[in-house]
Amino acid sequence: MRTTIHKVFWVWNFDKEEKWLNEMAAKGLCLVSVGLFRYDFEECEPGEYQIRMQMLENRPNHPESQKYMEFLEGTNVEHVGSVLRWAYFRKKAADGAFEIFSDNESRVKYLTQVIRFIALLAFINLYIGAYNTYLAIIHDNVINYIGFVNIAISFFAAFGILKLMKKRNNLKKEGQVFE
Amino acid sequence: MANSALTEAVYYILLSLTEPLHGYGIMQNVSQLSNGRVNLAAGTLYGAINTLLEKNWINALPGESDSRKKEYLITETGKQMLRSELARLNELIENGKRILDAQ
Repeated sequence: MRTTIHKVFWVWNFDKEEKWLNEMAAKGLCLVSVGLFRYDFEECEPGEYQIRMQMLENRPNHPESQKYMEFLEGTNVEHVGSVLRWAYFRKKAADGAFEIFSDNESRVKYLTQVIRFIALLAFINLYIGAYNTYLAIIHDNVINYIGFVNIAISFFAAFGILKLMKKRNNLKKEGQVFE
Repeated sequence: MANSALTEAVYYILLSLTEPLHGYGIMQNVSQLSNGRVNLAAGTLYGAINTLLEKNWINALPGESDSRKKEYLITETGKQMLRSELARLNELIENGKRILDAQ
């Protein structure tokens, strides 16, 4: 039986999202497809699958991403689906612990890539927001006050970026002593 | 970079590729070699393979375009890197033993 749940996660809270998906899998609801703020589950053995998310370097249908996902498939990792740049993977728990990265260096590199992407989103939102607010003030056009929403989002994103940078710094510090 | 240490992942990937293996084969071999201590994750392995290919320390064997089954093999340069890493590790071990044993 298929269960669909609509749920919103801020993009920088991907850890929380992944944790939630794994809690669902532990309860016996395994992710089978994804959409924008939409998650489809099917019943499975509790704890049968482990879920990981990854922001890909290219869009999911790009040949480089296809090559990468093919490689993952060769290691018993299933591609469940993608939303924008985010790919959702699952692997049977019986095949051992499922991680995308196993050393600090690749984790730091990955976080840098995610931070850059979110920073870009934040800048775009700030730009649109500032422009709309400017129009709202100049023309006294109420609809342009929607710009405040963009500005608010960019502030939230900045907060999210700080959180991720802190996480990255901890990994880097660790990397000065351990590999 | 000649005197730099190899990462544990790269060291074990290179050692594994003294015989032709595909990605999953490398993961299993590394885990076995290290008695389950080193478990390469697929994303990390994928990045390492691409870097090693670029550096020409390993080659992809021809004839297989499917990256699920593509096999890789160490090159002469790769073997040289392993040998100099082994010499470096020996230095670490000998110094460690000499100094700690005197304690």
